Amino acid sequence: MVGEHGPDAKLLAGGQSLLPAMNFRLLQPSALIDLNQIPSLSYIRREADGVLRIGAMTRQSEVEHHPDIRELVPLLHETMPRIAHRQIRNRGTIGGSLVHADPAAELPVVTVALRCQFRLRSPKGFRWVSAPDFFVGMFTTDTQADEILEEITVEPSPKRTGSAFVEVARRSGDYAMAGVAAMLWVDEDGRMSEARLVYLNVGDGPIEARQAEESLVGRVPGGAVFAEAARIAAEKEITPFGNIHATPEYQRHLAEVLTQRALAKAAERVEA
Amino acid sequence: MEDTHKITLTVNGEQHSAEVESRTLLSDFLRHELGLTGTHVGCEHGVCGACTVMLDGKAVRSCLMLAVQAQGHHVETVEGLAASEDDLHPMQQAFWETHGLQCGFCTAGIMMTMIPFLRDTPDPSEHEIREALSGNLCRCTGYQHIVEAVQSAAAKLAAEK
Repeated sequence: MVGEHGPDAKLLAGGQSLLPAMNFRLLQPSALIDLNQIPSLSYIRREADGVLRIGAMTRQSEVEHHPDIRELVPLLHETMPRIAHRQIRNRGTIGGSLVHADPAAELPVVTVALRCQFRLRSPKGFRWVSAPDFFVGMFTTDTQADEILEEITVEPSPKRTGSAFVEVARRSGDYAMAGVAAMLWVDEDGRMSEARLVYLNVGDGPIEARQAEESLVGRVPGGAVFAEAARIAAEKEITPFGNIHATPEYQRHLAEVLTQRALAKAAERVEA
Repeated sequence: MEDTHKITLTVNGEQHSAEVESRTLLSDFLRHELGLTGTHVGCEHGVCGACTVMLDGKAVRSCLMLAVQAQGHHVETVEGLAASEDDLHPMQQAFWETHGLQCGFCTAGIMMTMIPFLRDTPDPSEHEIREALSGNLCRCTGYQHIVEAVQSAAAKLAAEK
Protein backbone atom coordinates (compact mmCIF):
# COMPACT_ATOMS: atom_id res chain seq x y z
CA MET A 1 0.00 0.00 0.00
CA VAL A 2 2.87 2.38 0.71
CA GLY A 3 3.99 1.59 -2.83
CA GLU A 4 0.56 2.56 -4.16
CA HIS A 5 0.40 5.85 -2.28
CA GLY A 6 3.93 7.02 -2.98
CA PRO A 7 6.81 8.24 -0.84
CA ASP A 8 4.78 10.76 1.18
CA ALA A 9 2.48 8.08 2.59
CA LYS A 10 3.12 7.18 6.21
CA LEU A 11 2.42 4.11 8.29
CA LEU A 12 0.48 5.05 11.43
CA ALA A 13 1.28 2.97 14.52
CA GLY A 14 0.37 4.44 17.93
CA GLY A 15 0.58 7.96 16.52
CA GLN A 16 2.15 9.42 19.65
CA SER A 17 5.02 10.98 17.67
CA LEU A 18 3.52 11.13 14.18
CA LEU A 19 0.32 12.94 15.24
CA PRO A 20 2.18 15.68 17.17
CA ALA A 21 4.38 16.20 14.10
CA MET A 22 1.25 16.48 11.96
CA ASN A 23 -0.45 18.79 14.48
CA PHE A 24 2.57 21.11 14.26
CA ARG A 25 2.42 20.80 10.44
CA LEU A 26 5.99 19.49 10.49
CA LEU A 27 4.70 16.53 8.51
CA GLN A 28 1.90 16.48 5.99
CA PRO A 29 1.66 12.90 4.75
CA SER A 30 -0.27 12.37 1.51
CA ALA A 31 -1.88 9.29 3.04
CA LEU A 32 -1.87 7.44 6.35
CA ILE A 33 -2.02 3.67 6.49
CA ASP A 34 -3.40 2.71 9.87
CA LEU A 35 -1.68 -0.38 11.28
CA ASN A 36 -4.15 -0.36 14.19
CA GLN A 37 -6.48 -2.21 11.80
CA ILE A 38 -4.18 -5.26 11.97
CA PRO A 39 -4.78 -6.92 15.36
CA SER A 40 -2.45 -9.80 14.48
CA LEU A 41 0.53 -7.42 14.91
CA SER A 42 -0.21 -7.10 18.63
CA TYR A 43 0.95 -9.96 20.85
CA ILE A 44 3.50 -11.10 23.43
CA ARG A 45 4.41 -14.78 23.11
CA ARG A 46 6.76 -16.84 25.22
CA GLU A 47 8.60 -19.65 23.42
CA ALA A 48 9.58 -22.89 25.16
CA ASP A 49 13.19 -21.64 25.54
CA GLY A 50 11.99 -18.41 27.16
CA VAL A 51 12.52 -16.20 24.10
CA LEU A 52 9.80 -13.56 23.97
CA ARG A 53 8.22 -12.52 20.69
CA ILE A 54 6.57 -9.11 20.74
CA GLY A 55 4.37 -7.93 17.89
CA ALA A 56 5.35 -4.47 16.66
CA MET A 57 1.90 -3.00 17.35
CA THR A 58 1.82 -4.14 20.98
CA ARG A 59 0.98 -1.13 23.15
CA GLN A 60 3.75 0.05 25.47
CA SER A 61 1.42 -0.30 28.47
CA GLU A 62 0.93 -4.00 27.65
CA VAL A 63 4.69 -4.57 27.59
CA GLU A 64 4.94 -2.61 30.86
CA HIS A 65 2.50 -4.86 32.72
CA HIS A 66 3.25 -8.24 31.12
CA PRO A 67 4.24 -10.91 33.70
CA ASP A 68 6.64 -12.76 31.36
CA ILE A 69 8.57 -9.56 30.66
CA ARG A 70 8.75 -8.77 34.35
CA GLU A 71 10.09 -12.28 35.05
CA LEU A 72 12.47 -12.78 32.12
CA VAL A 73 13.68 -9.35 31.00
CA PRO A 74 13.96 -7.10 34.06
CA LEU A 75 15.75 -4.35 32.11
CA LEU A 76 12.82 -3.93 29.71
CA HIS A 77 10.32 -4.14 32.58
CA GLU A 78 12.17 -1.46 34.55
CA THR A 79 12.38 0.89 31.58
CA MET A 80 8.78 0.82 30.34
CA PRO A 81 7.26 3.18 32.98
CA ARG A 82 9.97 5.74 32.13
CA ILE A 83 8.57 6.21 28.62
CA ALA A 84 6.55 9.43 28.43
CA HIS A 85 3.24 9.39 30.38
CA ARG A 86 0.71 6.64 30.95
CA GLN A 87 -1.77 8.14 28.46
CA ILE A 88 0.98 7.95 25.82
CA ARG A 89 1.94 4.36 26.74
CA ASN A 90 -1.71 3.29 26.48
CA ARG A 91 -1.62 4.24 22.83
CA GLY A 92 2.06 4.19 21.81
CA THR A 93 3.46 0.94 20.43
CA ILE A 94 6.82 -0.74 20.89
CA GLY A 95 7.41 -0.95 17.14
CA GLY A 96 6.38 2.65 16.51
CA SER A 97 8.93 3.98 18.97
CA LEU A 98 11.70 1.78 17.54
CA VAL A 99 11.08 2.78 13.93
CA HIS A 100 10.78 6.46 14.88
CA ALA A 101 14.31 6.16 16.37
CA ASP A 102 14.27 9.34 18.41
CA PRO A 103 17.72 9.66 20.03
CA ALA A 104 15.95 10.66 23.27
CA ALA A 105 13.74 7.55 23.32
CA GLU A 106 14.18 4.73 25.82
CA LEU A 107 13.24 1.69 23.72
CA PRO A 108 16.05 1.96 21.13
CA VAL A 109 18.61 2.10 23.95
CA VAL A 110 17.19 -0.87 25.81
CA THR A 111 16.77 -3.05 22.71
CA VAL A 112 20.42 -2.37 21.78
CA ALA A 113 21.56 -3.30 25.30
CA LEU A 114 19.49 -6.50 25.11
CA ARG A 115 20.61 -7.29 21.52
CA CYS A 116 16.99 -7.68 20.44
CA GLN A 117 16.29 -8.97 16.95
CA PHE A 118 13.86 -7.15 14.65
CA ARG A 119 11.91 -8.89 11.89
CA LEU A 120 11.28 -6.65 8.89
CA ARG A 121 8.59 -7.70 6.42
CA SER A 122 8.34 -6.63 2.78
CA PRO A 123 6.29 -7.95 -0.15
CA LYS A 124 9.35 -10.09 -1.00
CA GLY A 125 9.57 -11.83 2.38
CA PHE A 126 11.26 -11.00 5.66
CA ARG A 127 14.71 -10.48 7.16
CA TRP A 128 16.13 -10.19 10.66
CA VAL A 129 18.23 -7.26 11.83
CA SER A 130 19.83 -7.01 15.26
CA ALA A 131 19.11 -3.83 17.23
CA PRO A 132 22.69 -2.45 17.06
CA ASP A 133 22.54 -2.63 13.23
CA PHE A 134 18.97 -1.35 13.03
CA PHE A 135 19.62 2.18 14.32
CA VAL A 136 21.72 4.03 11.77
CA GLY A 137 21.30 7.68 12.77
CA MET A 138 19.03 10.43 13.95
CA PHE A 139 15.42 9.34 13.31
CA THR A 140 16.86 6.84 10.83
CA THR A 141 16.79 3.06 10.81
CA ASP A 142 17.75 0.28 8.42
CA THR A 143 14.06 -0.17 7.50
CA GLN A 144 13.69 0.13 3.71
CA ALA A 145 10.82 1.93 1.94
CA ASP A 146 8.96 -1.31 1.23
CA GLU A 147 9.47 -2.82 4.70
CA ILE A 148 7.61 -2.71 7.97
CA LEU A 149 8.82 -3.77 11.40
CA GLU A 150 6.74 -6.80 12.29
CA GLU A 151 8.21 -8.45 15.38
CA ILE A 152 10.80 -7.91 18.09
CA THR A 153 12.40 -10.88 19.86
CA VAL A 154 14.04 -10.63 23.28
CA GLU A 155 16.19 -13.32 24.89
CA PRO A 156 15.55 -13.96 28.57
CA SER A 157 18.30 -12.35 30.65
CA PRO A 158 20.79 -15.10 31.63
CA LYS A 159 21.69 -16.10 35.20
CA ARG A 160 24.49 -14.13 36.89
CA THR A 161 23.57 -10.95 35.06
CA GLY A 162 22.31 -7.70 36.49
CA SER A 163 20.85 -4.70 34.75
CA ALA A 164 19.58 -1.20 35.41
CA PHE A 165 18.11 1.74 33.54
CA VAL A 166 18.48 5.28 34.86
CA GLU A 167 17.74 8.66 33.31
CA VAL A 168 17.33 12.27 34.36
CA ALA A 169 14.45 14.40 33.12
CA ARG A 170 13.36 17.78 34.44
CA ARG A 171 9.90 16.38 35.12
CA SER A 172 8.67 12.81 35.21
CA GLY A 173 7.68 11.83 31.67
CA ASP A 174 9.63 14.57 29.87
CA TYR A 175 12.37 13.76 27.38
CA ALA A 176 15.40 12.81 29.45
CA MET A 177 18.50 15.02 29.30
CA ALA A 178 20.58 11.84 29.48
CA GLY A 179 20.04 8.21 30.38
CA VAL A 180 21.81 4.87 30.32
CA ALA A 181 20.99 1.17 30.26
CA ALA A 182 23.62 -1.01 31.92
CA MET A 183 23.98 -4.78 31.93
CA LEU A 184 26.68 -6.86 33.62
CA TRP A 185 27.67 -10.52 33.46
CA VAL A 186 29.59 -11.75 36.52
CA ASP A 187 31.52 -15.06 36.52
CA GLU A 188 31.66 -17.61 39.33
CA ASP A 189 34.99 -16.06 40.39
CA GLY A 190 33.32 -12.69 40.86
CA ARG A 191 34.77 -10.99 37.79
CA MET A 192 32.80 -9.34 35.02
CA SER A 193 32.89 -11.31 31.77
CA GLU A 194 30.80 -8.89 29.75
CA ALA A 195 29.24 -5.45 30.12
CA ARG A 196 26.90 -3.25 28.14
CA LEU A 197 26.43 0.49 28.44
CA VAL A 198 24.01 2.18 26.05
CA TYR A 199 23.07 5.88 26.25
CA LEU A 200 20.11 8.02 25.23
CA ASN A 201 20.04 11.64 24.06
CA VAL A 202 23.82 12.07 24.00
CA GLY A 203 24.32 11.42 20.29
CA ASP A 204 22.44 10.79 17.08
CA GLY A 205 20.89 7.54 18.30
CA PRO A 206 21.45 4.91 20.96
CA ILE A 207 25.18 5.23 21.75
CA GLU A 208 27.01 2.15 23.00
CA ALA A 209 30.22 2.87 24.93
CA ARG A 210 32.41 -0.01 23.75
CA GLN A 211 35.64 1.18 25.36
CA ALA A 212 33.94 1.69 28.71
CA GLU A 213 32.41 -1.78 28.41
CA GLU A 214 35.82 -3.32 27.66
CA SER A 215 37.37 -1.55 30.64
CA LEU A 216 35.04 -3.54 32.90
CA VAL A 217 35.75 -7.01 31.50
CA GLY A 218 37.93 -9.18 33.76
CA ARG A 219 37.58 -6.83 36.76
CA VAL A 220 35.75 -7.23 40.03
CA PRO A 221 32.67 -4.94 40.22
CA GLY A 222 33.25 -1.93 42.46
CA GLY A 223 33.08 1.84 42.77
CA ALA A 224 36.56 2.68 41.40
CA VAL A 225 36.16 0.37 38.40
CA PHE A 226 32.73 1.81 37.66
CA ALA A 227 34.01 5.38 38.03
CA GLU A 228 36.74 4.70 35.48
CA ALA A 229 34.27 3.21 32.98
CA ALA A 230 31.93 6.17 33.53
CA ARG A 231 34.78 8.62 32.83
CA ILE A 232 35.77 6.82 29.63
CA ALA A 233 32.19 6.81 28.36
CA ALA A 234 31.46 10.43 29.27
CA GLU A 235 34.75 11.86 27.97
CA LYS A 236 35.41 9.77 24.87
CA GLU A 237 32.38 7.95 23.62
CA ILE A 238 29.30 10.12 23.78
CA THR A 239 28.65 13.16 21.59
CA PRO A 240 25.97 15.27 23.30
CA PHE A 241 24.62 18.22 21.31
CA GLY A 242 23.05 20.08 24.20
CA ASN A 243 19.47 21.31 24.15
CA ILE A 244 17.24 23.93 25.73
CA HIS A 245 17.53 22.23 29.14
CA ALA A 246 21.14 21.11 29.22
CA THR A 247 24.52 22.12 27.81
CA PRO A 248 26.74 19.38 26.33
CA GLU A 249 29.03 19.69 29.38
CA TYR A 250 26.10 19.12 31.71
CA GLN A 251 24.98 16.11 29.65
CA ARG A 252 28.50 14.65 29.95
CA HIS A 253 28.37 15.21 33.69
CA LEU A 254 24.96 13.51 33.88
CA ALA A 255 26.16 10.59 31.78
CA GLU A 256 29.14 10.06 34.07
CA VAL A 257 27.07 10.14 37.26
CA LEU A 258 24.27 8.02 35.78
CA THR A 259 26.75 5.41 34.53
CA GLN A 260 28.11 4.91 38.03
CA ARG A 261 24.61 4.66 39.47
CA ALA A 262 23.44 2.23 36.79
CA LEU A 263 26.49 -0.01 37.17
CA ALA A 264 26.19 -0.07 40.96
CA LYS A 265 22.51 -1.00 40.72
CA ALA A 266 23.19 -3.63 38.07
CA ALA A 267 25.96 -5.18 40.20
CA GLU A 268 23.67 -5.30 43.24
CA ARG A 269 21.08 -7.17 41.20
CA VAL A 270 23.41 -9.90 39.89
CA GLU A 271 22.76 -12.33 42.73
CA ALA A 272 19.06 -11.64 42.94
CA MET B 1 -10.24 10.06 -3.77
CA GLU B 2 -13.05 10.76 -1.32
CA ASP B 3 -11.34 11.98 1.83
CA THR B 4 -14.10 11.32 4.33
CA HIS B 5 -15.09 8.23 6.25
CA LYS B 6 -18.32 7.07 7.79
CA ILE B 7 -17.74 6.12 11.41
CA THR B 8 -19.85 4.68 14.16
CA LEU B 9 -18.67 4.88 17.72
CA THR B 10 -20.06 4.89 21.24
CA VAL B 11 -19.59 8.06 23.28
CA ASN B 12 -20.70 7.99 26.91
CA GLY B 13 -22.87 4.97 26.20
CA GLU B 14 -24.63 6.54 23.24
CA GLN B 15 -24.02 5.40 19.67
CA HIS B 16 -23.09 8.08 17.14
CA SER B 17 -22.63 7.82 13.38
CA ALA B 18 -20.94 10.57 11.41
CA GLU B 19 -19.08 11.38 8.25
CA VAL B 20 -15.59 12.62 9.21
CA GLU B 21 -12.61 13.90 7.30
CA SER B 22 -9.56 11.65 7.48
CA ARG B 23 -7.54 14.37 9.14
CA THR B 24 -10.03 15.28 11.91
CA LEU B 25 -8.62 14.67 15.39
CA LEU B 26 -10.77 12.82 17.89
CA SER B 27 -10.57 15.87 20.18
CA ASP B 28 -11.94 18.15 17.46
CA PHE B 29 -14.62 15.63 16.53
CA LEU B 30 -15.83 15.43 20.13
CA ARG B 31 -15.88 19.20 20.53
CA HIS B 32 -17.04 20.44 17.14
CA GLU B 33 -19.19 17.62 15.79
CA LEU B 34 -20.72 16.23 18.98
CA GLY B 35 -20.62 19.50 20.93
CA LEU B 36 -18.90 17.81 23.89
CA THR B 37 -16.75 20.77 24.82
CA GLY B 38 -15.85 19.42 28.26
CA THR B 39 -12.84 17.79 26.64
CA HIS B 40 -10.32 20.62 26.37
CA VAL B 41 -7.50 21.14 23.90
CA GLY B 42 -4.31 22.61 25.26
CA CYS B 43 -1.06 21.79 23.54
CA GLU B 44 -2.01 19.34 20.78
CA HIS B 45 1.22 17.43 21.18
CA GLY B 46 0.62 15.13 24.11
CA VAL B 47 2.18 17.12 26.93
CA CYS B 48 -0.63 18.96 28.76
CA GLY B 49 -3.18 16.18 29.20
CA ALA B 50 -6.21 18.50 28.95
CA CYS B 51 -7.72 16.42 26.13
CA THR B 52 -7.48 13.07 27.95
CA VAL B 53 -10.51 10.81 27.43
CA MET B 54 -11.06 7.11 28.01
CA LEU B 55 -10.87 4.84 24.98
CA ASP B 56 -12.22 1.38 25.81
CA GLY B 57 -11.61 2.23 29.47
CA LYS B 58 -8.04 3.47 29.11
CA ALA B 59 -6.80 7.06 29.38
CA VAL B 60 -5.57 8.37 26.02
CA ARG B 61 -4.85 11.76 24.45
CA SER B 62 -7.77 12.57 22.16
CA CYS B 63 -5.56 15.10 20.31
CA LEU B 64 -3.15 12.31 19.31
CA MET B 65 -5.80 10.15 17.68
CA LEU B 66 -7.81 10.62 14.55
CA ALA B 67 -11.59 10.49 14.81
CA VAL B 68 -11.65 7.76 12.18
CA GLN B 69 -9.56 5.59 14.49
CA ALA B 70 -12.34 5.61 17.07
CA GLN B 71 -14.53 3.61 14.67
CA GLY B 72 -16.17 0.80 16.65
CA HIS B 73 -14.64 1.91 19.96
CA HIS B 74 -16.07 3.19 23.22
CA VAL B 75 -15.12 6.74 24.19
CA GLU B 76 -15.90 8.25 27.58
CA THR B 77 -15.63 11.98 28.24
CA VAL B 78 -16.19 14.13 31.32
CA GLU B 79 -19.81 14.67 30.22
CA GLY B 80 -20.49 11.00 30.89
CA LEU B 81 -19.39 11.03 34.53
CA ALA B 82 -22.29 12.59 36.45
CA ALA B 83 -25.72 10.98 36.45
CA SER B 84 -27.22 14.46 36.98
CA GLU B 85 -26.26 17.87 38.33
CA ASP B 86 -27.13 16.70 41.82
CA ASP B 87 -25.48 13.33 41.52
CA LEU B 88 -21.82 13.87 40.71
CA HIS B 89 -19.31 11.09 40.12
CA PRO B 90 -17.24 10.51 43.30
CA MET B 91 -14.21 11.95 41.49
CA GLN B 92 -16.13 15.16 40.65
CA GLN B 93 -17.54 15.39 44.17
CA ALA B 94 -14.02 15.03 45.59
CA PHE B 95 -12.63 17.79 43.34
CA TRP B 96 -15.46 20.07 44.43
CA GLU B 97 -15.06 19.39 48.14
CA THR B 98 -11.26 19.68 48.29
CA HIS B 99 -10.98 22.69 45.98
CA GLY B 100 -9.17 20.58 43.37
CA LEU B 101 -9.86 23.09 40.63
CA GLN B 102 -9.65 26.79 40.05
CA CYS B 103 -10.07 27.73 36.38
CA GLY B 104 -11.02 24.16 35.50
CA PHE B 105 -9.21 23.93 32.18
CA CYS B 106 -7.14 20.90 33.19
CA THR B 107 -9.79 19.29 35.39
CA ALA B 108 -11.64 17.14 32.86
CA GLY B 109 -8.39 15.63 31.57
CA ILE B 110 -7.17 14.99 35.09
CA MET B 111 -10.40 13.24 36.11
CA MET B 112 -10.39 11.10 32.95
CA THR B 113 -6.81 10.11 33.81
CA MET B 114 -7.45 9.47 37.50
CA ILE B 115 -10.59 7.36 37.14
CA PRO B 116 -8.83 4.49 35.30
CA PHE B 117 -5.77 5.02 37.55
CA LEU B 118 -7.87 4.42 40.69
CA ARG B 119 -9.51 1.43 39.03
CA ASP B 120 -6.04 -0.13 38.57
CA THR B 121 -4.58 1.25 41.82
CA PRO B 122 -7.48 1.59 44.30
CA ASP B 123 -5.33 2.52 47.30
CA PRO B 124 -2.49 4.65 45.91
CA SER B 125 0.30 6.34 47.85
CA GLU B 126 0.77 10.09 47.43
CA HIS B 127 3.86 9.35 45.33
CA GLU B 128 1.89 7.06 43.01
CA ILE B 129 -0.77 9.76 42.57
CA ARG B 130 1.85 12.37 41.70
CA GLU B 131 3.51 9.97 39.24
CA ALA B 132 0.12 9.24 37.62
CA LEU B 133 -0.54 13.01 37.41
CA SER B 134 2.72 13.68 35.60
CA GLY B 135 1.02 13.69 32.20
CA ASN B 136 -1.39 16.47 33.15
CA LEU B 137 -0.44 20.10 33.61
CA CYS B 138 -2.27 22.46 35.95
CA ARG B 139 -1.26 26.12 35.87
CA CYS B 140 -3.37 27.62 38.65
CA THR B 141 -4.74 25.40 41.43
CA GLY B 142 -1.39 23.87 42.30
CA TYR B 143 -1.14 20.16 42.60
CA GLN B 144 -1.60 19.88 46.34
CA HIS B 145 -5.39 20.17 46.21
CA ILE B 146 -5.56 17.91 43.18
CA VAL B 147 -3.64 15.20 45.03
CA GLU B 148 -6.02 15.64 47.99
CA ALA B 149 -8.99 15.35 45.64
CA VAL B 150 -7.69 12.09 44.23
CA GLN B 151 -7.05 10.73 47.74
CA SER B 152 -10.58 11.72 48.73
CA ALA B 153 -12.00 10.12 45.56
CA ALA B 154 -10.11 6.91 46.31
CA ALA B 155 -11.71 6.82 49.77
CA LYS B 156 -15.19 7.52 48.33
CA LEU B 157 -14.83 4.82 45.69
CA ALA B 158 -13.56 2.31 48.27
CA ALA B 159 -16.55 3.07 50.53
CA GLU B 160 -18.94 2.44 47.62
CA LYS B 161 -17.71 -1.12 47.20
